[in-house]
Amino acid sequence: MQPGLVQLTLTVNGERRAVTAPLHHTLLEVLREELGLTGTKHGCELGECGTCTVLVDGRPVLSCLEIPAALEGREITTIEGMESAAGLHPLQQAFAELGAAQCGYCTPGFLLAGKALIDEKPAPNRAEIVEALGGNLCRCTGYLKIYEAVELAAARMRGGRVEATPEALYGGA
Amino acid sequence: MAEPESTPGDGGRAPSGGLRVVGRSLPKVDAVAKVTGRTRFADDLFLPRMLHCKILRATTPHAEIRSIDVRAAAAMPGVAAILVGSDLPIPYGILPVSQDEHTLCLDKVRFIGDPVAAVAAIDEETAEQACRAIAVEYAELDPVASIEDALDAEDPQIHLYGDGHNVHKAVAMEFGDVDAALAQADVVLEDTFFYEGNTHLPMEQHAALADWRPDGKLTLWSSTQTPHYVHRALARVLDLPASRIRVIATPNGGGFGGKSDPFNHEIAVAALSRRTGRPVKICLTREEVFYCHRGRHPVLMWVKTGFRKNGSMTGMHFRSFLDGGAYGSYGVASTYYTGALQTVTYPVPAYRFEGLRAFTNKPPCGPKRGHGTPQPRFALEVQIDKAAERLGIDPARMRLDNLLPAGSVTANWIRVGSMGLGACIEKVVEASGWNAKRGKLPPGRGIGLACGSYLSGAGLPIYWNAMPHSGVQLKLDRSGGVTVFCGSTDIGQGSDSILAYIVAEVLGVDPFEIHVVTADTSLTPVDLGSYSSRVTLMTGNAALQAAERARELIVGALAEKWKVPAVRIALADGRALDVEDPERSVPFAEAVVVAEAKHGTIGTVGSYTPPASPGRYKGAGVGPSPAYSYTAAVVEVTVDPETGETRAEEVWIAHDIGRAINPVVAIGQVEGSVYMGLGEALMEEMTYRGNRNVVHRHPSLLEYKSPTTHEMCPVHTFLVEDPDPNGPFGAKEVGQGPLLPVPPAVVNAIHDAVGVRIDEVPVTPQKVLAALKRKAKGEEAREGPKSTPDFAWPEPVRVPPPEAGGDGRAVDDPRHIGAGGVRGSVPGGSVTGGVPA
Repeated sequence: MQPGLVQLTLTVNGERRAVTAPLHHTLLEVLREELGLTGTKHGCELGECGTCTVLVDGRPVLSCLEIPAALEGREITTIEGMESAAGLHPLQQAFAELGAAQCGYCTPGFLLAGKALIDEKPAPNRAEIVEALGGNLCRCTGYLKIYEAVELAAARMRGGRVEATPEALYGGA
Repeated sequence: MAEPESTPGDGGRAPSGGLRVVGRSLPKVDAVAKVTGRTRFADDLFLPRMLHCKILRATTPHAEIRSIDVRAAAAMPGVAAILVGSDLPIPYGILPVSQDEHTLCLDKVRFIGDPVAAVAAIDEETAEQACRAIAVEYAELDPVASIEDALDAEDPQIHLYGDGHNVHKAVAMEFGDVDAALAQADVVLEDTFFYEGNTHLPMEQHAALADWRPDGKLTLWSSTQTPHYVHRALARVLDLPASRIRVIATPNGGGFGGKSDPFNHEIAVAALSRRTGRPVKICLTREEVFYCHRGRHPVLMWVKTGFRKNGSMTGMHFRSFLDGGAYGSYGVASTYYTGALQTVTYPVPAYRFEGLRAFTNKPPCGPKRGHGTPQPRFALEVQIDKAAERLGIDPARMRLDNLLPAGSVTANWIRVGSMGLGACIEKVVEASGWNAKRGKLPPGRGIGLACGSYLSGAGLPIYWNAMPHSGVQLKLDRSGGVTVFCGSTDIGQGSDSILAYIVAEVLGVDPFEIHVVTADTSLTPVDLGSYSSRVTLMTGNAALQAAERARELIVGALAEKWKVPAVRIALADGRALDVEDPERSVPFAEAVVVAEAKHGTIGTVGSYTPPASPGRYKGAGVGPSPAYSYTAAVVEVTVDPETGETRAEEVWIAHDIGRAINPVVAIGQVEGSVYMGLGEALMEEMTYRGNRNVVHRHPSLLEYKSPTTHEMCPVHTFLVEDPDPNGPFGAKEVGQGPLLPVPPAVVNAIHDAVGVRIDEVPVTPQKVLAALKRKAKGEEAREGPKSTPDFAWPEPVRVPPPEAGGDGRAVDDPRHIGAGGVRGSVPGGSVTGGVPA
């Protein structure tokens, strides 16, 4: 082992992955550069914008501030782990239907933060959504379609056929 | 609420007018890629043997470069190449008239963050260490920190070109006799306003990857909104035939105008790749993104307007002072834009505009969402609110009674097509409960209204040429597959999807079956780029033409085979059918087989060039557009008189979009514009500190305040559809215009809430408290600029307005034909013609 390198075994999206990485690489860098999981994005690399959010044991963390060596044995979930062979996660489906992903750059972080919320609170109200997503910046949407998408996905996950409201899709009459 | 029979995801609403795709709220064609993390942004690209680039930037705002010593850096292990200014001596810039940038500064630095040297190394850390090992010796010059500094002849000059000492551009134009018009007014208002600069803050940091190959060809992937202009700049600076360069714009992680210039880092990685023979990538840090800037100009404005008792205007005199920063960028166009669109909402029979842009030692300003028009719109809409108060007219009523008629040619010779502002105002007045709320809400709560208008694409290209602004190629084959090729760049606004929807509508196929290939200078026909809200209208028209030509080939071939007239054949729902004998139908793929057998390989093209504008004076090139969008907004606020804090509580906004190709995508643009407008109104500011006021105050996402979920309020959006004859299916823009009314509506609401006028944005708590304090003392209840700098304006270009019967030329143009058909006779008069937008 070269000096300055570290060997790790991380559990990412349910798979155990052996990684050799520079000691100073953050979780963000290990995911993107060592593991090739470029779905995790970055907006500041200083913990200010929420763009690089991933889940560790189901809780949202800023991957740009995480030291990967501390995460061995923990469950890391990235955007690549949200869909399944059966298709999109309901949040992904709702984001697509409502145009909650405009440029799509902050989207992985919002989806994972949203997933953590719904997993904990299956019927979040608007104030709870605002609070849960308060650490993620989006410059395209003004957050409103994101709120609607979280509400739509949560309703669908609770069961029943639910469609987006006419106002969300077509505006006021 | 659930509609069992509905098409999933679109709410099941049938579009009007026999349309099957256009008008439906469908997902975007790239939505699945974006929600699954599959979209490959520029920094997501990795090539074998790729090197990483870091740029050394100036640490002083204004200095001559005495020497640069790269020897120690070059000797470091892992460093592959270092470039300095003299390696790339050819200047560039987005506008032909402002070629004032160098990839790396040649002999002078002009702001903190100006690029000085570029390093390629095996990894980012090594490149960064090498940058630190480069020794630069500067000879400091006094920095120019403000417009006042710039105009002070004692201060050093930043550039040696322009319209005066540190004046990049000074313009003056007059349409009709403004002094006489003001003299006829019942009330004349004179106000000064200030709109602070702010920045785009795209979530994606700019990134670029260059790959030079030994066969002499170069590929650049970059997060750019304008691959065509980057292509031209690379050819120029690298002194390479453009035909050997391929520029691919990766999907932009937000643009808002901030990725519209060719950037030094794009050229630097290309040159480093040529030097090393290896791919080279750069991803800017967030701090560097602030230095790239090209954001909203800080603009100081003075406006004097004459009003009649009924609220109509007799004339307007408008002055703007732009703090341009260190380089030209789009600044000449920005300067004209601060004077161009004052006339397109309410008739201004006589109009005079004077504008100047100063060079200062700060990151360069450029185009941000609304490019040069939100600042004057703010001034205009706040002044109208003051005039309504003075005249005792309801501000909504005053606007409704004084709308510019559709089809007008304005005093400054802008031809307006469809005009749905009246319907927009009525919509937001009704929905917001305006009549029950204005002046009647509890203390500290208020409501304000404002309007706006924006281009659906600039009428002229950035460099003069007679070619189309947008091109589309369509490829169809026996598989039934349809591929659309277009140079446009998706920056999140959905332009790839618009191409698919329009082609799908014409060919009667599912838009999600269509392949879209965009923003690649080798594969796709030229489109000028994602700026000036041009893309839906221009690429949409080009796609429409290409699709109609393809439809003609298919229908013609099928008509011949079926021995029926072509008019009997329809393409719909993935099939071709005989409308008089619907039993006779074939799948779309079979129809293409018939066409391919008859015509050979099927490919069609479409292109779009905007109509000529009637204005033919110098400066007439900025402002014309094929169509104008209109917006009205009502904002309700609460103002805390103790803390001075203003909160936007609710927004109602109606936007005249002509036709929404996809309503849910259009609403997303409206909501995003409202969000950005609220940020500009209440918190966002690109400001500087230090005793010389040139160090960026807060180049970080934490300290540059932008609205989070906690600051965003509910927004009620109404799409007003009044199809414009120049738009594809009647569509006009939606990406920028809805921002414009938001800041003035906020400020007008603050006045309704607490009775003070804040004549500048952002409205910080300090400004509100200062105005409230003055109000309490019985002084003028206002916070804002008090004066504008003295400047010797040039003699205006005088152009008689259409009502005076001119021909759109200046009176001193020898070709000018006046009211009596008499030609102008001043020899050697100014040359007319557009300044590029």
